Amino acid sequence: MGLRATFLLFVAALIVSSAWAQGDAAFEARLQALEKELRCLVCQNQTLADSGAGLAEDLRREVRTLARSGKTDAEIKEFLVARYGDFVLYRPPVKATTWALWFGPFALLAAGAAIWWITLRRRRTAGGGAAAAAEAPPRADALARARALLDDTRLRENE
Amino acid sequence: MKSLRLVIPLAVFLVIVAFLLAGLARDPREVPSPLVGAPAPAFSLAQLHDPGERLGTADMRGQVWLLNVWASWCVSCRVEHPLLVQLAQAKIVPVVGLNYKDKNDEGKAWLAQHGNPYRVSVVDSDGRVGIDWGVYGVPETFVVDKGGIVRYKQIGPLTVEALEKKILPLVRDLQKS
Repeated sequence: MGLRATFLLFVAALIVSSAWAQGDAAFEARLQALEKELRCLVCQNQTLADSGAGLAEDLRREVRTLARSGKTDAEIKEFLVARYGDFVLYRPPVKATTWALWFGPFALLAAGAAIWWITLRRRRTAGGGAAAAAEAPPRADALARARALLDDTRLRENE
Repeated sequence: MKSLRLVIPLAVFLVIVAFLLAGLARDPREVPSPLVGAPAPAFSLAQLHDPGERLGTADMRGQVWLLNVWASWCVSCRVEHPLLVQLAQAKIVPVVGLNYKDKNDEGKAWLAQHGNPYRVSVVDSDGRVGIDWGVYGVPETFVVDKGGIVRYKQIGPLTVEALEKKILPLVRDLQKS
């Protein structure tokens, strides 16, 4: 616990002092935002901003150098994509190979909605048919047959 | 109609199963490199055993070569190392070592202990060249052709299978052309 606390304090001090040394809050904020958009290749479910891996550290340093040399965010991303592929981007670009990724969920939603609508419509017409049948007066011959059956059972019960 | 009702969910299910099965067989740590098919990122670095001398991509032009990224701190480098030593003894293709984020003394001691399969090892102590090559999991091995184009990238330790099925056939092919 003591070690952990000291370590956290140390990290906090490092972060605070480095940020203070920069003295440029806007620049830091920009780097932070950019690093949150980039994936750490080693620990794949962490952003570059969150990861403590050695490579993430190197890449953060690289991003910082590039940003300081006047490169735009887009240029920095391009730099990393050229080396590590689209995988470094947490927000993959929209292109032919990622259409399924971007629009697949909406296509599935639309398909689901279509099935739902068709099912509802079919059920409504089927339900409507049953109701109409109930309201129509029974046919005369059916009535007569029913009455005969009823009479028949009544007779048998009296026996 | 009835049979269709049965077939459609079954088909959907089978498609999902196929995707999941394919996903099981893939290693999520293997990120396809955009470097394959592109010119090898140029470098010129000091040699590990002779810091006064440099070696770079330009020196390897005109021959097929391998770039193996290694470090003394890298545990799985030990796994592939005997294979690299064998490969060097067979003299099929020159291997250049990129000593990645390592200390020179430790790197040299490691090679002395495990054998040195490299024609030359160059020093990338801060990992800058590693970034240019898109290195993220040491060891990594690249096949570069005579024109300086990267043809293949092996992420993680070399295996007998990868060598025999992919790398060596590719190297022989490239050497013929």
